[in-house]
Amino acid sequence: MSLLQVEELHVWFDLARGRELHAVQGVSFALDRGERLGLVGESGSGKTTAILALMGLLPPTASVAGRVLLDGEDVLVRGERTVAPHRWKDVAMVFQGAMNAFNPVKRIGAQLVEPMEQHGVAEGSRAEARAAELLERVGISRTRLRNYPHEFSGGMRQRAAIAMALACEPKLVLADEPTTALDVMVQAQILELLVSLTKDFGLALILVTHDLPVVAQTCTAAAVMYAGEIVETGPTDVLYHEPRHPYTRLLFAATPDLESRDVVVSIPGTPPRLDEAAAGCPFRPRCDSAVARCSLERPLLQRVGDRHEAACHMAAQVPA
Amino acid sequence: MTGGNGASPGPLLQVEDLVVRYPVRRGIAETAARRPKQHVHAVSGISFGVSRGEMVALVGESGCGKTTTAQAVLRLVRPEAGTVRFDGIDVTALGSRELRRLRRRMQIIYQDPYESLDPRFRVEATVAEALVVHREGTREERHRRVVGALELAGLSPPELYLDRYPHELSGGQRQRVAIAASLALGPDLLVADEPVSMLDVSVRAGILTLLDDLRDRGLGVLMITHDLSTAARFADRICVMYLGRIVEEGPAVQVVEDPRHPYTKALLSVVPRRDPRRRVQPQILRGETPNPIAVPPGCRFHPRCPVAVDACRTVDPELRAPSGAAAGHRAACLLAER
Repeated sequence: MSLLQVEELHVWFDLARGRELHAVQGVSFALDRGERLGLVGESGSGKTTAILALMGLLPPTASVAGRVLLDGEDVLVRGERTVAPHRWKDVAMVFQGAMNAFNPVKRIGAQLVEPMEQHGVAEGSRAEARAAELLERVGISRTRLRNYPHEFSGGMRQRAAIAMALACEPKLVLADEPTTALDVMVQAQILELLVSLTKDFGLALILVTHDLPVVAQTCTAAAVMYAGEIVETGPTDVLYHEPRHPYTRLLFAATPDLESRDVVVSIPGTPPRLDEAAAGCPFRPRCDSAVARCSLERPLLQRVGDRHEAACHMAAQVPA
Repeated sequence: MTGGNGASPGPLLQVEDLVVRYPVRRGIAETAARRPKQHVHAVSGISFGVSRGEMVALVGESGCGKTTTAQAVLRLVRPEAGTVRFDGIDVTALGSRELRRLRRRMQIIYQDPYESLDPRFRVEATVAEALVVHREGTREERHRRVVGALELAGLSPPELYLDRYPHELSGGQRQRVAIAASLALGPDLLVADEPVSMLDVSVRAGILTLLDDLRDRGLGVLMITHDLSTAARFADRICVMYLGRIVEEGPAVQVVEDPRHPYTKALLSVVPRRDPRRRVQPQILRGETPNPIAVPPGCRFHPRCPVAVDACRTVDPELRAPSGAAAGHRAACLLAER
């Protein structure tokens, strides 16, 4: 049994005049202990919405359908009542702006202790000792427990946010663009830390990012999202060398690489609107290898190799 | 473009020994105690040039002084020392009237097209604004130049965009409008400060290719970026900055393939590669960039340097060409000889 199994997850947001925006459209994936999955996509692709749904952190304007199984237990079935006991305890999250993850007027130590006491993991001096250990585990001296968030640099704050996510010994950490606002050197430190946590504690990691090279170097597998759907998923190695969905191939080709002299080409056009249903493949207007069938019939994810799936009519015939 | 018009020999932009400092505000207690005034040493003596038809990238981590350098080039901040020559004219010495005349020839593109465009202005008014400010041409002439600038910026056909508001455009289109606005006056130099970092991956390449095309048309482009992959792919030359200094510079290919400064080597080693099979042993520097208020003595990189020797604590190395390096490739390291 997988640690996390997401089945047919849908999220709709209410818009004005009774219209709806279908932000996540039937997303399914599974994750094991110690695995690192990259959830890749551009802004508006639904990647952040999907993981907020896993945490039960969407605003009231959102409606959610589908199943999220954590160790086989459906955590979404009764909304907040079934999600709340798992939040932070089994599934923790690291947000993009580490600046906003902390209360600016409370000491770091107190903020690390808070979730432990809240969830009954540890209390009093035991919780404080654990807070010190956690801080050292992420590479910050325990003498900084009494510091306030503003006394930390951006990189240290993001490490402290990771320490806070680990406070209740979760099995799964969801990291939403954890390094986007950071410099490359600090990014490397944070990514190295996240990888070592998955190796040392068997923690599973979902890394949400728009940055393909970060996923290529950090994750074992990746799911590429476009217009609310997963359009291709597989081992990162296979996605780069044998992509079967044109979007995956074009996204890699649009990303400059330090060592490659390849021409970098942008993808023409823009993603479709998600507040109106469209026939056919959502990527067809921007695709460079669409055929007639693509505008009529929406392709479903199909198996194209070992643990490799793509949602493209042409995926089985020719490599993208 | 006015690119080649009246071109004088020598680089379009020549920066020599530029120094920019910002005073640190003292509290009343510190002032009363006569605590000495402190300064942020944002840029501590750098020299570089940008020729016509050349793209130079200033790369480095936040706080290294790259944006301050760009601001000093445009004289948005006043340098403490050094000269900035634009087409042979010393920008640092100019009065406001001459500066105004020169500014139309040097334009800046900002990082965030969501903030750099006025949401109440239609595209035509946005692009025409600089022309109006500089009292250029009649209404019809301005319209023609706006259309030309939009076309040049890849917004084609321009008629489709003239009457739109920023909120009706995608991020990439907005950045093209911002570029069109800076092209309207026919500049010779474009300063692009992180021009694509706010944009989606799929449209970044288009903006970078546009800058590349403008360079081919004879513009000089000074690109400020933290993204080494972008600099490697698009720039002709790269200057790597660390704590207010250029620590290595040279042709982009040389800097990336044959780095000589330990900082450049470390920086290149942590850039994630696209290919998951291509693993590079990351050389992670511990600690953070030191405080530009208290710059370390000797080589300013020595406290974090993995190969520093005793001499590095006392000698502040100058940029020089290491043996076997390509023409124009220089590094500021005592140990640059591989």
